[in-house]
Amino acid sequence: MWEYSEKVLEHYRNPRNVGKIDDADIIGEAGSLACGDSLKLYIKLDGNVIKDAKFQTFGCGSAVASSSILTEMIIGKTLDEVKKITNKDIADALGGLPQEKMHCSVMGQEALEDALKKYYKEDGWEEIEFPSGKKESDKVICTCFNVTEGQILEAVKINGLKTVEEVTNYTKAGGACGRCKGAIKNILEEYWNKTSSAEELTPTQKILKINKVIDQQVSPQLQKDGGDIELVDVEGNTVKVKLTGMCSGCKNASMTIKSFVESILKDKVDSNLTVEQV
Amino acid sequence: MIYFDNNATTKIDERVLEEMLPYFKEDYANPSSMYDFAKKPAAAIKEARGKMKDFLGANNEKEIFFTSCGSESANMAIKGTLNCNKGKKHIITTKVEHPCVLNLYKSLEKEGYEADYISVDSEGQLDIDELKSKIRKDTALVSVMYANNETGVINPVEEIADIVKTKSPETIFFVDAVQAGGKIPINVKDTQIDMLGVSGHKFHAPKGVGALYIRPSVRLTPLINGGHQERGLRAGTENVPYIAGIGKAAELALNSLNYEMTEVKRLRDKLEDGILKNVFNSRLNSSLKNRVPNTSNIGFEYVEGELILLHLSDIGVCASSGSACTSGSLEPSHVLRAMGIPFTALHGSIRFSLSRFTTEKEVDFVIEKLPGIMEKLTSISPYQDELMKLKQRRG
Repeated sequence: MWEYSEKVLEHYRNPRNVGKIDDADIIGEAGSLACGDSLKLYIKLDGNVIKDAKFQTFGCGSAVASSSILTEMIIGKTLDEVKKITNKDIADALGGLPQEKMHCSVMGQEALEDALKKYYKEDGWEEIEFPSGKKESDKVICTCFNVTEGQILEAVKINGLKTVEEVTNYTKAGGACGRCKGAIKNILEEYWNKTSSAEELTPTQKILKINKVIDQQVSPQLQKDGGDIELVDVEGNTVKVKLTGMCSGCKNASMTIKSFVESILKDKVDSNLTVEQV
Repeated sequence: MIYFDNNATTKIDERVLEEMLPYFKEDYANPSSMYDFAKKPAAAIKEARGKMKDFLGANNEKEIFFTSCGSESANMAIKGTLNCNKGKKHIITTKVEHPCVLNLYKSLEKEGYEADYISVDSEGQLDIDELKSKIRKDTALVSVMYANNETGVINPVEEIADIVKTKSPETIFFVDAVQAGGKIPINVKDTQIDMLGVSGHKFHAPKGVGALYIRPSVRLTPLINGGHQERGLRAGTENVPYIAGIGKAAELALNSLNYEMTEVKRLRDKLEDGILKNVFNSRLNSSLKNRVPNTSNIGFEYVEGELILLHLSDIGVCASSGSACTSGSLEPSHVLRAMGIPFTALHGSIRFSLSRFTTEKEVDFVIEKLPGIMEKLTSISPYQDELMKLKQRRG
């Protein structure tokens, strides 16, 4: 049994704005019957403002809840405002969704995006930037569920996804035949490598950051045991520290250094760091 | 609460629980011990083995081995015999097998086995000719389920046993009878079945105990090495209360087989007919006569299964679905897909499985409530035109 939030339960039991708008200005669509979920989003405009929105969904409880809350989120907003809505916004509005159900919120976002795209196209506008990063030219990675590289990248970026399994939960990509799992892994590796190299620190920045982590996160913990720690030097990726107070001469000192100080610094600053006691 | 998910698990029969309790309390001795205090637990195991022998229609209680569950029975049978038959690298099963066999086959393929998966038709009926054509001289093992967990379709395992043995007498034939035990008569002694596994919690014993019938001529290695228990084929101190429980459950199930096949079947048929008559977007996924008497699998077109289950749960009805959305995987049921159930109904298929504790009132309640739920759920569906056509066609 899934653990659904109260909000999800409320919205699948009593979905808001169900149905069709006969004279809708735009209709957005996402998903398909074969995939197991699909959504039609009807929008009625008043100038640049969404005057009314209705939906029809084929899908599970969280798909219905996502669609329902999406209509509430967009009614009364301008097109410029709703353009910024991400799948995470939809999931957050529902008080969160189980990991395996995040793709339901993605479907809501996609239907909205489809609607806006159609509208802007008719209006003669050029391509607009969407939070999902989906462009017509995008390469399809998962052919089973028709998920593009841009969609995967965007889900990775917005939700901080690290594993192929997480990507599948959010986008459905890789969920059927699994043939694209390698490609998803490559996208993840490329993205996270780029991100970490983009954040490469200068030597001074690195020392400042190490010092800050030690001051704020390491030192207070050691003080609880009556000890403390001092940063002595940083040479390349080697951090030299001195244990003081009760910690100095403690027989567990090397344990403290490796399993506590080093793991925090690796996690917070740079995974290549090693810590030495001087 | 109305419990229509008895193929997932069943309620423990009170009489089974009573049978188990002494071995939790006063009679806790290890049945292998020498003193008089151990006689009662040892006798309880012997008695349970005898009841299980009758339940499976075996010749001798020595052919019965107790395990922890249906999956262990299947693993013990399949891995154990393959280990004794290293020269042969071909194995056969069906596309609609339970994951405990299917996933085991997938892992055996990685170890170098060649596996064939036999198809079923749109009613879930196994393609016997295909199975026959796949049997080779180097086929080490054929594994076919007695009854399918999702559709209830019964495979002609006795006939398949004859086919296997005629074509390749050395090939071992294992039957996963987890969904047949307690629902239809099983009689291994009159067949050429080599091994057959059952699970207690599917017929009102608790979870955590199963059994495996092994024909005396079959050689296999144990999964669990250790002591002499279960004639050296399954080491570990016997789980006395649970073994006593499954024995009692087997006795009770054997006694109520007639009730299952008449009264439970009548209620199942009533539920099935009622739903098909009252719900315009329903279709029966398998209408075969040859089904276990408690199971019905009904597809609701253009509505997703998890949503149906949630709404059923809201009125206190427990059922299950072959829908992808309920399982955490994104793929709908491999059984319904193998049958080629149309996409329109595939994601909205619900399994109702009854038991001897099901009452007429419960069946009537579901028949009465389901049309209203489906009315509401179809109104949310984007496929209004298609639904309208269905409605008109059904009048």
